Amino acid sequence: MTTDAVQEKIKELEARLEKVEANRSNLTMVLFSGDFDKAMAAFIIANGALAMGKEVTIFVTFWGLDVIKKPSMTGAGKSFLEKMVTMMRPKGTANLPTSKMNFGGIGPKLFHYMMGKKNIASLQTLVDTSIEFGVKIVACQMSMDVMGIKREDLVDGIEFGGVAAFLGSSFNSTTSLFI
Amino acid sequence: MAKTTLNLRGLSCPMPIMKLAAAVKKGASGDVFEAISDDAGFEPDILAWVKETGHPMNGLTKAGKDITVTITKK
Repeated sequence: MTTDAVQEKIKELEARLEKVEANRSNLTMVLFSGDFDKAMAAFIIANGALAMGKEVTIFVTFWGLDVIKKPSMTGAGKSFLEKMVTMMRPKGTANLPTSKMNFGGIGPKLFHYMMGKKNIASLQTLVDTSIEFGVKIVACQMSMDVMGIKREDLVDGIEFGGVAAFLGSSFNSTTSLFI
Repeated sequence: MAKTTLNLRGLSCPMPIMKLAAAVKKGASGDVFEAISDDAGFEPDILAWVKETGHPMNGLTKAGKDITVTITKK
């Protein structure tokens, strides 16, 4: 091999190494669930990964969208069925059910109280900090369309996308979770 | 080289790590950070954190519930 060829090879390997190292830094999650406890897990992991210097993407779809709704969301301008779905689903972190021991909504209140007493960060705090410190939240446009959720119904500072947005991020991650 | 002491007592996962990471991010290379936490999960967390981020840990001491770690920003 000539010197030029060796240098060319080194350049190529450096570029590949850079790609490998860049890939290491990513975590991608699908937040499908709108359960309070599962959303807690997702946002604790997101904030933890952020603290460890990783890039984090959360693709929020279906019931997960309840977590990032503005509490002020209304059915105004929506079709009859969309209005029904809007009415029947929680809006934002405060009124989410728990996946176990929900007891018609009493369970979550109990958990909020117990967590507050133990000085555990609230779900809302975790969502806010994650957005503030650069977690990329991508809301699934298709499930928003199904349920008549408009972009202005969801919290600010997020992006919108489809399955390719999730996959593109997931292919570049060493860790992908479905919650 | 500044030394910052972070009182992280009373905070639970993931807050101690988040607060420490935020403080270290703001600091300059060579700055020293002392973090005190009484969260029982802090020790394994901080060990994983330094391993991943590469900031050298100068020491870890335990007194009662308190876990004190000293880290130098790389």
